[in-house]
Amino acid sequence: MPVLELREITKVFPGVVANDRVSLVLERGEIVALLGENGAGKSTLMNVVYGLLSSDGGQVLVDDKPVKIKSPRQAIDLGIGMVHQHFMLVEPLTVTENIVLGREPGRFGVIDFTTAHKKVQEIATRYGLKVDPDARIMDLSVGMQQRVEILKALYQGARVLILDEPTAVLTPQEAKELFSVVRSLVDEGLSVVFITHKLEEVMSVSDRIIVMRDGRVVGETKPSETDDVGLARMMVGRDVVLSVEKGPSECAAEVLEVTDLHVKDDRGLEAVRGVSFTVCGGEIVALAGVSGNGQSELIEAIVGLRRPVGGRLMLKGVDITHASARVSIEAGVSHIPEDRHRRGLVLEFDLAENLILGDHRMPPYATRGIMHPSAVTATAEKRIADYDIRTPSWHVLASNLSGGNQQKVVVAREIGRNPELLVAAQPTRGLDVGAIEFVHRQILKERESGKAVLLVSLELEEVLSLADRILVIYEGRIVREFTAGEADEETLGYFMTGGGGTKLEDEGRTEHAEMAEGDA
Amino acid sequence: MSESRETLPAHRAWMTVAQKVGTPIASVILAIGIGSVIMWASGYDPVAAFAALFKGSFGGPKQIGDTLLRSTPLILTGLSVAYGFRAGLFNIGAEGQLFMGGLVVAWLGVALTGLPWVVMVPLLVVAAMLAGAAWAFVPAILKARIGAHEVITTMMFTYIGRYIVSWLVVGPLKAPGQIPQTDALPIGSQLPRIQTLFSEATLEALPFLKLGRAHLGIVVAVIAALVVWFILKYTTLGYENRAVGFNPWASETGGISVQWTTVKALCISGALAGLAGAVEVMGVHHRIFDQFSSGFGFTGIAVALLAKNHPLGVIPAAILFGALSAGAGTMQLEAHVPQKIILIIQALVIFLVAAEEIVTWFIKRRQKEALSHVG
Ligand SMILES: Nc1ncnc2c1ncn2[C@@H]1O[C@H](COP(=O)(O)OP(=O)(O)OP(=O)(O)O)[C@@H](O)[C@H]1O
Ligand SMILES: [Mg+2]
Repeated sequence: MPVLELREITKVFPGVVANDRVSLVLERGEIVALLGENGAGKSTLMNVVYGLLSSDGGQVLVDDKPVKIKSPRQAIDLGIGMVHQHFMLVEPLTVTENIVLGREPGRFGVIDFTTAHKKVQEIATRYGLKVDPDARIMDLSVGMQQRVEILKALYQGARVLILDEPTAVLTPQEAKELFSVVRSLVDEGLSVVFITHKLEEVMSVSDRIIVMRDGRVVGETKPSETDDVGLARMMVGRDVVLSVEKGPSECAAEVLEVTDLHVKDDRGLEAVRGVSFTVCGGEIVALAGVSGNGQSELIEAIVGLRRPVGGRLMLKGVDITHASARVSIEAGVSHIPEDRHRRGLVLEFDLAENLILGDHRMPPYATRGIMHPSAVTATAEKRIADYDIRTPSWHVLASNLSGGNQQKVVVAREIGRNPELLVAAQPTRGLDVGAIEFVHRQILKERESGKAVLLVSLELEEVLSLADRILVIYEGRIVREFTAGEADEETLGYFMTGGGGTKLEDEGRTEHAEMAEGDA
Repeated sequence: MSESRETLPAHRAWMTVAQKVGTPIASVILAIGIGSVIMWASGYDPVAAFAALFKGSFGGPKQIGDTLLRSTPLILTGLSVAYGFRAGLFNIGAEGQLFMGGLVVAWLGVALTGLPWVVMVPLLVVAAMLAGAAWAFVPAILKARIGAHEVITTMMFTYIGRYIVSWLVVGPLKAPGQIPQTDALPIGSQLPRIQTLFSEATLEALPFLKLGRAHLGIVVAVIAALVVWFILKYTTLGYENRAVGFNPWASETGGISVQWTTVKALCISGALAGLAGAVEVMGVHHRIFDQFSSGFGFTGIAVALLAKNHPLGVIPAAILFGALSAGAGTMQLEAHVPQKIILIIQALVIFLVAAEEIVTWFIKRRQKEALSHVG
């Protein structure tokens, strides 16, 4: 007996049929992967199931009984839990407080925290979800926050767990841990639907794979019956080149020169502790590191969002150490921020307005402070076409785009600006394989045309296939440098987690090396 | 992308306009409905009351003129608050900026002599706008530099501004006589009534021009609305203002200085409120005194909310509030409904619109503040 069944679900947005008579069955103890291009309708379908969106047609059955799910509350009561790509936790509250929020044990409005505490601990140990119940959400890593979301769903009694792109924000290590958790969940009889764009995850974790395209289910398969290439073809409808080819790089001229840079984080602690490197024109340099080791602060300093407390930044011979973001853009720096919702997009702006953010003061978009809408829309239309942004028109608000298409907007804008230096943090986060292939080609094109690229990515595969040089950052210092072909995932992982210690021989520092603490 | 999914209806643009206008109109209708029930329950005849209200506000050219007179400052304070909102700022202190604008006009309009009207009036208008901007400048700097909340600081500056005026009209700027007020502006510093611009013959031929007390300030206000609309829609200043209002972090990434935009937004907001003060002094009272504004700065908040912060929407919203106050007298006189009922209806409109607006505004702000750890 299926725990969840969808029959002919249809959902229409203005100008888009996001779900076109989609049917799907989920059995008990099963992991189903939902796969499909950006904008195929995966999130929409799951939001309908979770009661966040109302469908325009079709039926949802839970335990073979037709149900009407009008709100997440009802979904939860029916045993359906969902973890969104953008978490919905209350930052200043503790893990326990967040988990019991809305379902607090106790009487007369007095929360019984001892019981809550015990219950949370119980669920945590049962499923191997290690997390400190008294930690505050804002002090937790992204991977930990996700665990809290999952715990919360379990606490609320979920039998069906929906995970929308759970691994997009995780390190490979965190992803591995997530999958072992998911395994133990299905062993306990839960069922899981997870959405992802990473084909190797689909192959290794799922029992069944459902592929969507243009709002319809276009195929169903099993990991044993297909491979990466086959899946990609099913999704995109054509063959996708999963690996990139590139010639050796030549250093035309130094574009970015970072000298002994020191940057503090929001708490005033030194996050970047004396980093020096260069990026040449025609070269892709990747920064590899576990998040929280200073790479965000380093990037923010380079693009003018954070003032360094020491050291120097030079762009093509011009000192940009204390440049504002505006000066930095005008000097030729583009920035694909790692968090598109916070830093990349104005969600309430339409696509045309978003596609020129940062260029909005310059001709042809504006002269003497007056904007020229025809130039703005012309560029928007071109970028939408060039980057295959799936949308009915540029009038659409950025918030109404699918996650991957939002990412394409940011990438289109930043590469479209034709910068001297492209700083790309997680440029392909949330993109489907076809779009990743496209963005990789664009990045290589920048390199071919003599531009400098600084890439930051949690995807070691991406780092290894694109970069000409790889700098490993650990605890605010560059601990190792590799040239293309020198390193593999394992070596990188070793140095990223502190395996090489924190000092570089040739830097002549005298602190003793802190040895790796393993992957705690 | 496949053709089958492109089903964009041609009337989509109109649908969004209808959606935007829908809620405010619905709240007004609902407010009138609830107001009627209250009147009926208190033993009054709501139909007669609203008929009288309408008669008193739109019944003839003189009544329309009265409505316009009362709408004029509200358009400007509504624009002031709306412009701030579009940058994510709640300028609750438009009243104080209005007082400073009025004060500067009441002083300069008398002190400067010998200038022709065409020079004098623009000069006074600019001076009042600068005064309003200046009054918003300190809160703006405090907001940009140390994050002091503008709701507190602009409110405090409102008190300071009001007390300065109270003191000046009994002290240094007091006109001779018993009443605490300044000297009257000479004709050359006034905004004339609209009907005085036409000859007797024209007025006889076109009686709808006999707009009573309505003065040229309404033209100033409408022009201001068009200018603000243009700024928001077609200038980089407006683009940056809206961007910062929606998402300061992404704006920063796009090279927009959030601090500088905040300062500009609050100062422009202050300038518009200052203009409201100027128009009241130059068009209505021709001098300043303690009570020269009946809370226009605060009603401006309601106007902006009802207009959903759209600069052109501010015009009908202000006219609604203007009409309610213009017709209240007639309503009391003819339907014997106490004027205070009008206050209830105003409050209901504000409540119904604001309930939705304010709640979403604060939620968004909270979300923005909490968003920092996602991804
Ligand atoms: N609130 C909305 N308003 C209008 N259109 C929407 C809205 N939400 C989604 N859409 C549209 O519906 C389609 C499906 O979007 P959905 O988010 O389900 O895609 P997805 O498969 O999750 O893609 P991705 O992999 O990029 O996250 C897209 O074309 C999107 O633009
Ligand atoms: Mg999605």
